[in-house]
Amino acid sequence: MTSNSPSEKRLDELREQAWDKGVVEGRGVDVAGGPIPRRPGYYGEPVVRPPVWTWEIPIYFFIGGFSGMAAVIALIGLIFDHDDLARTAMWLAAIGAILSPILLILDLGRPRLFLNMLRVFKHQSPMSVGAWILFAFGGCAIPGLIALELHARQIFTGGFEQFLQVVAFLLVLGSAFWGMFLATYTGVLIGATAIPAWFLHRTLLPIHFGVAGLGSAIGLLELLGYRIAPLGALGFLTAGTQTALWIWLAIDKHGAADRALHEKGTGWLIRSGEILLGPLALILRLANFVPLAGISFLLGALISRFGWIWAGKVCARDPEAVFASQR
Amino acid sequence: MIGEGTQSTNQRRHNYVQESVEVGFFTDPTVCIGCKACEVACKEWNEVPDDGFTWLGNSYDNTGHLGASTWRHVLFLEQDRQKGNQIVGSHSLGDGNGDDPFRWIFLSDVCKHCEEAGCLEACPTGSIVRTEVGSVFVQNDVCNGCGYCVVSCPFGVIDRRPEPLPNAGGAFKCTFCYDRQKSGLVPACAKVCPTESIVFGRLDDLRARASQRVQQLKQTGHDDAQLYDPQETSVRGIHAFFLILGEPEAYGLPPKPQVPTIYLKSAWTSAFATAIASIIAALVAFAFFS
Repeated sequence: MTSNSPSEKRLDELREQAWDKGVVEGRGVDVAGGPIPRRPGYYGEPVVRPPVWTWEIPIYFFIGGFSGMAAVIALIGLIFDHDDLARTAMWLAAIGAILSPILLILDLGRPRLFLNMLRVFKHQSPMSVGAWILFAFGGCAIPGLIALELHARQIFTGGFEQFLQVVAFLLVLGSAFWGMFLATYTGVLIGATAIPAWFLHRTLLPIHFGVAGLGSAIGLLELLGYRIAPLGALGFLTAGTQTALWIWLAIDKHGAADRALHEKGTGWLIRSGEILLGPLALILRLANFVPLAGISFLLGALISRFGWIWAGKVCARDPEAVFASQR
Repeated sequence: MIGEGTQSTNQRRHNYVQESVEVGFFTDPTVCIGCKACEVACKEWNEVPDDGFTWLGNSYDNTGHLGASTWRHVLFLEQDRQKGNQIVGSHSLGDGNGDDPFRWIFLSDVCKHCEEAGCLEACPTGSIVRTEVGSVFVQNDVCNGCGYCVVSCPFGVIDRRPEPLPNAGGAFKCTFCYDRQKSGLVPACAKVCPTESIVFGRLDDLRARASQRVQQLKQTGHDDAQLYDPQETSVRGIHAFFLILGEPEAYGLPPKPQVPTIYLKSAWTSAFATAIASIIAALVAFAFFS
């Protein structure tokens, strides 16, 4: 065999790779007694399974987030006589209440069995609690919007009109109640799993998702023309909180266990999401570029949701992350 | 045990399901010969589909890991070791010449059937249930494939079966041959295991037998023999436990597995606090900035 033979060439490649990176990518190179550093665990095979969720889930987290918190704005708007704002906010809530289940059903392995989600209620399963929250939210937000619209257009008169007003308020109240949990439970959903990058940040995640939902609802309402002082104040608050969370995550590092959040592609995805949500949105608001701040926040909220789901996938494929989280 | 013939618990008929007796698997790599009969028997009996051949090059293992279409999986560990010798092969147990720097270990991995099962707690449809014998069973006709059990299993066992395999979209894992057990039969993998490396039987009997085996191995010089049965963590023990040589990490087993429900309290507290704070913030903003 000459040194030009393909197998010798391949061997040289492997040697070079081993010198440069300390690890060799490729199959069948991980043998005992060999010259090549061995991969962690069992031939580097994953210890926990990566999530099977695809693009539907981060988009659902985004839509569920802003629509749930939009219902909260709608309720407060009604209380403080911003009827027009409340109506627009309820439109956002109702649109979210329709799109969210569609996205969730699309992501199921067997979409035709989606109703089995409501077969039982299990308080120890955030997926079950979440399905019921979404169901209750939809049951309030969609009729709530209809009642609000009928009331606003003064279609009925007299006693029924007064009754409609009360019903609309109660339904908006219900939407706000379920909405605030719809926006935050998603953090519990991924926080209470076996994936280190997620469960190590189970306290941060509901705050991050909830505040991103509130800020997104405000951003959307401002982009729709509601440039009023209370929304502006909440815009500052949400961007400020996200800046604080950005710093929290940067400090609260767990080494190999959550390196998927800080390194490589998923690290950049999460980081750019955080910068758009926090510091950039805050600076744009301070400079009085309100629509731009809203766009920055919305983009950040979307990117950060993708970042977290994909970081979970990367982290689950990394056996060292699991071992590091348990040592 | 080897030599018990038809009297072995792997071959006897039983009424464990009818009597609600807790059962288990004890898997002992020191007598495994890596024949993969368990993998084959499992696939055949349970009609688990062929999920394609990939050359992994992980020693003689091209299966990789447990999954929706792999419910038994034989690990092939090649270990560099300066002391000790191979347990299987030409060297006999503890002959002490210690020249061979390598050792080769085979271990048949399977769903652990946890005492506190992450998949069972996470399942939103109630598809995953606990059976009379203490095993964790997925009712395939109820599962809608939400995928939440996949991220809730601390051992990475259960997975969603991808298209275009038969019954795609649902979550699958070892059934502990619940159908066979109901008719008094032994799970297929244990039934075919030629060396009784996989032993099926009453949980308490197997636990006693396993600790006895660990003692025996330690006496013959295998100081790194230990039982993998995480009873001190929130998983509170497993129904399919393993004897291992060396650290669990080398087998792709988590050293301290936790059932994810222990994270619920702090996560929900955070969610509640965020929800209430959002309402208060909105109230304050509208009250003072209008």
